[in-house]
Amino acid sequence: MNQGFLGEFTIFVLCAFLGFYVISKVPSILHTPLMSGTNAIHGIILVGAIEVIIHADTTLLQAVGFLAVILATLNVVGGFVVTDRMLEMFKGRGQRRPEPEETVQ
Amino acid sequence: MTTALHWSYLVAAVGFILALAGLSGPRTARQGNLVGAGGMLVAVGMTLGAEHIRNGGLLALGMVIGVGIGVPAARMVKMTAMPQMVAAFNGVGGGAAALVSVSDYMSHGGGAALSSGNRLAVMLGAIIGCISLFGSVIAFAKLQELMPTRPITYPGQQMVNGVVFAAVLAMTVGAILGGRIALLGAVCVLCCGLGVAIVMPIGGADVPVVISLLNAFTGLAVAASGFTLQNTVLIVAGTLVGASGTLLTRMMSQAMGRSLANVIFGAFGAVVTATGGAEGGDRSVRSTTAEDVGTMLAYSRRVAVVPGYGLAVAQAQHTIRELADLLESRGVEVYYAIHPVAGRMPGHMNVLLAEADVPYEQLKEMDEANPMMPQTDVALVVGANDVVNPAARDSPGSPIYGMPIINVDQSGQIVFMKRSMRPGFAGIDNELLYNDKTVLLFGDAKDSLTKLVAAVKVA
Repeated sequence: MNQGFLGEFTIFVLCAFLGFYVISKVPSILHTPLMSGTNAIHGIILVGAIEVIIHADTTLLQAVGFLAVILATLNVVGGFVVTDRMLEMFKGRGQRRPEPEETVQ
Repeated sequence: MTTALHWSYLVAAVGFILALAGLSGPRTARQGNLVGAGGMLVAVGMTLGAEHIRNGGLLALGMVIGVGIGVPAARMVKMTAMPQMVAAFNGVGGGAAALVSVSDYMSHGGGAALSSGNRLAVMLGAIIGCISLFGSVIAFAKLQELMPTRPITYPGQQMVNGVVFAAVLAMTVGAILGGRIALLGAVCVLCCGLGVAIVMPIGGADVPVVISLLNAFTGLAVAASGFTLQNTVLIVAGTLVGASGTLLTRMMSQAMGRSLANVIFGAFGAVVTATGGAEGGDRSVRSTTAEDVGTMLAYSRRVAVVPGYGLAVAQAQHTIRELADLLESRGVEVYYAIHPVAGRMPGHMNVLLAEADVPYEQLKEMDEANPMMPQTDVALVVGANDVVNPAARDSPGSPIYGMPIINVDQSGQIVFMKRSMRPGFAGIDNELLYNDKTVLLFGDAKDSLTKLVAAVKVA
């Protein structure tokens, strides 16, 4: 156990508490956007994937890094876009839009 | 790691927290999401700028492919298919986390150069990531109906899973102590299998719980990668997601009146179909016509719509809104009573109704809706079944006993819109169908609603 690990572990524990408190404030109406939003957030693994690929010195590592970058990018971009799409529908609370919008399916 | 990079990670972490905080209300949610995306952009941009980039071409190509698939998929997915989409994003995130963990092991001389603490982090990232990836694949396949949604079980299933799990545990200890890459490889393969094995026996109705659980898994896999790479922003983001997924999983299990262990190991549907349908075979129900229901609705003061996934399957959310608008224009008060597990994932029904432009304040959560039921003239149950089944409240012997329900039986009249007399997901007969206050309107939800709109117009 070194200092670095203890510091990281502290962050982990505090974030777990923070997460519980922040998320318990989310109304159930927004639970689906919450899930897709947290989906986008775990796409931060892209940072890890980038580190893998830019340090890769064997073909195998390059391949692993390449795959990781694809998956993580897909995760980040897709997650934020789809969450934004959903949340857009929730805007304008209380104001009924005058004409029915075209419904993109 | 440069100081600037550290700062950028702090910015990203704060962005993510603000994104989650923004979700406390529909007003702030969208902005919050953009702040989160901004944080992500800063972290990724600074990572790219901080170091000398090797394999730049490959990196760029990977990102282009990811964007090329991700953006169109996210833009085109139907709102009814959102659970599949979330499962897919869970899976790819878990997969990426597993790959990152494994590559860290490989790049340190097959784990030999790592401390045992780091090896533990690598193993956790790989294990959870692989389970999440393959569990998500199966959840996706079930939701997309590429495979049967009913629980898939075989004798001794839990025994086999138990043995595999024990093997994973033993090999993990070996890999931590010995630092052997072969063991890591074997663990990954077994965990991929375990992911499949865990989700296979889970039935359609329990999928909301599983999706939340996989969400938590991927978050924890990312956090584990953060420990491996000593990267704080991965720890922060992964842990937040892990906490969120855990909390949602708990809420969903509670909303179904069951423990998480029961959901995962219970193979609910399989057990229940055996007991369901035993009673009530020859009791009579009252079926009615759209015209009658139309008149009933038009002359009510207050109407509750209780939507279930059947509404979404029939793509009838726009038609129900049309009906509600029409009733409101006649002075009838309409509200939607939404059960937490209506739909295929937490909060899914709200998204579907929001897509149909249903005003936000007409959406009532179960706890809000139930006290309004006794003052409600008509409860219109569209494509829902188990979530209004009084057996959950009154018969301790019922498999769904203890699940909180929407008390439509306390309203003045109940209209069930159903395709057939087939029981709901849980496969349990609903005694409410035989209630004196209940009438049934058979047919496809969308067709029936269209007829209702016409009937209310002439009423």
